[in-house]
Amino acid sequence: MVINNPVIYAVNPQTLAADWPGGFWWHWVLFALVTIIVVILMVMGYIYIARRQIGRMQSRVGPNRTGPFGLLQPIADVLKVLLKESITPDAVDRPVYWLAPIVGLVPVFVVFAVMPFTDGGMLANLNVGILYVVAISSISTIGMFMAGWGSSNKYSLISAMRVVAAVVSYEFPVLLSIASILLLSGSLSLNDIVLAQDIPFILLQPLSFIIFFIAGLAEISRAPFDLLEADQEIVAGFHIEYSGIKFALFYLVEYGEAFLLSCLITTIFLAGWRGPILPEWLWFILKSLIVWFVMVWLWATMPRVRIDQLMALAWKFLLPLAIINLIVTAIQVLTLPQDSLWIMIPVNFAITAVLILFWSKKFFKLGWGRVEV
Amino acid sequence: MAIRTEPFVMNMGPVHPSTHGVYRMRLTLDGEVIIDIEPVVGYLHRGIEKLAEERTWTGVIPLTDRLDYISSMSNNLAYVLAVEKLAGIEVPERADYLRVIMAELQRISNHLVAVGSFFNDSGAYYTPFLQMYREREKIVDLFEMVCGQRLTYNYMRIGGVSQDVPDEFIPALYKLLDQLPSAIDTFDTFLKENEILLARAKGVGILPPDMAINSGVTGPVLRGSGVAWDLRKADPYSIYDRFEFDIPTGEAGDSYDRYRIRIEEMRQSLRILNQAVRQLPSGPVKADVPHLIRPPVGDAYAHIEAPKGELGFYVVSDNSISPYRCHIRPTSLLNLAALREMAIGWKIADLVLIFGSIDICLGEVDR
Repeated sequence: MVINNPVIYAVNPQTLAADWPGGFWWHWVLFALVTIIVVILMVMGYIYIARRQIGRMQSRVGPNRTGPFGLLQPIADVLKVLLKESITPDAVDRPVYWLAPIVGLVPVFVVFAVMPFTDGGMLANLNVGILYVVAISSISTIGMFMAGWGSSNKYSLISAMRVVAAVVSYEFPVLLSIASILLLSGSLSLNDIVLAQDIPFILLQPLSFIIFFIAGLAEISRAPFDLLEADQEIVAGFHIEYSGIKFALFYLVEYGEAFLLSCLITTIFLAGWRGPILPEWLWFILKSLIVWFVMVWLWATMPRVRIDQLMALAWKFLLPLAIINLIVTAIQVLTLPQDSLWIMIPVNFAITAVLILFWSKKFFKLGWGRVEV
Repeated sequence: MAIRTEPFVMNMGPVHPSTHGVYRMRLTLDGEVIIDIEPVVGYLHRGIEKLAEERTWTGVIPLTDRLDYISSMSNNLAYVLAVEKLAGIEVPERADYLRVIMAELQRISNHLVAVGSFFNDSGAYYTPFLQMYREREKIVDLFEMVCGQRLTYNYMRIGGVSQDVPDEFIPALYKLLDQLPSAIDTFDTFLKENEILLARAKGVGILPPDMAINSGVTGPVLRGSGVAWDLRKADPYSIYDRFEFDIPTGEAGDSYDRYRIRIEEMRQSLRILNQAVRQLPSGPVKADVPHLIRPPVGDAYAHIEAPKGELGFYVVSDNSISPYRCHIRPTSLLNLAALREMAIGWKIADLVLIFGSIDICLGEVDR
């Protein structure tokens, strides 16, 4: 595993800001750089883990030749991609085509500014942290849409349509499941959400966790919802016409978003950096790696859903359940005394099981089938 | 108010990950919904039928390997059966049994590939595919043992097979017959009831029985539609009348049924193999046939139940050392005839799945 340098993160940049020589501005540059480097290193680690894990699950070995245990494989991959010729097809819409990777990449990095890697170990402790995350991370969708449109390729256009449809649909379940968390935490700041988790929210809010996980997967389009780059259907989707460093940027976006989602799940549901004995940053990384393991597991085993099934899942399954969950949580928060929240654990698990069973048997049918033409 | 849409044409193939080669479809799409499919074949045309006229009768056998390269043994078998019928050659019994063993092993290996690629087309990221290739590898090892090749076997000869199996083949085959059923059961445990697969494949790409018969579809695709037509029963060639096995048939005729049929056929093939290997007699493996055989003037058609369907060879002889005409009834090409009817109205993702469930091999489509 590639480990970032956590020592710098152990200090809270905000409290020290005024003490830095030369005034206020350049520590932002420094810590922004550190954040970017951490994200890139983690992305490399994620790529390595994904490739090894999928290899094992497919009764292969996976990359093991570059460096010890193949640890340098991501670096070799990056070098290979960077050295490739950057081809711009004639028919592309040039400004859009060139801007797309940047528009896709920047929000992913910017979001990590509010991610608490340790207690207060974040670039900016925004009091609207989670709102900021949801708002900014959606911008990278525009980058993907620009890529799909600007490539002037029909495969990428289909992919662009799919990604917009998916993200628009899945914002609702994501936001509603976060809203029920906010009722419990009482704050939008990610650090405060972690501080509020004396009991991890995955236990208090199992349904919310399931909805957030599924919708999150769909929103960053990881398997089994990886429709926008469905290899078997639309080849590579929106980045089919990209090569060289521009392709590398999209690759970085893809895994950066995966890292972002696992960090968010860690922070919101798995009590973030909290944990005994081990240092806080290590807890954070371990938990995010566990989430990534599950994501790769799904990736390696699940077939892909169809676009109409993806939509149906969002609107007919996740959204109603998220609304019910929000109402139930609101009632619980109002009625239960603050020191006996643990009562919610069995109650909510029971509600989750009943709701999911009921919905999947009665109301929700995957697949609309054939369209008459 | 309905939104006005405009259909557009998109090329799927000839270079595309899921056309299983170089098949090309000109799709007319309304958004994601398929309005029309126009197949374009011929990108892999090598003129095998014409080339066969330049080879000796024995020399055509390697060419048949290149037809459906996933199941070369069956191609060999179909061709040599046709020539034997033409020349009236009696095949030794041991050779007949070896041919059946090879053909059934080939059927299992082909269906493993077919089901694996079917799951790949459904979007499972290579995991079922590679697990099934792992099992196929054991069969390929057996083939390598008998003929030294791993893909283009060139094992059958006119009047028998090229050589007897080595001593270690039969124990290895017994071992394989022990292992394979549990492997197939494992695949079923993991894949059969997968919720996403059910949603994707059940009811998708329905081929009604009458449509299947009218379009000349054969093999698992036909049986998936509920027509119990298997040449091993309907017109027993070689020694297939000596074995007990069932013909699995589907009910709905959808992609899921075609996948289930292949799994069941693997089990039936294992049954045949178990009987054949126990009855295997000793004796010569090749009739006394000259290398430069000159069959009498005339023509003959022989067809077998190849893994993908009915594979036929029509050979015409003018009493020379090479065929006057060698026509192939390709399985894959004719199975594709019903693709348009199956896929219209479904989405692109479904087209890929339906295409995968037909299980074609481009070497045979384009010849």
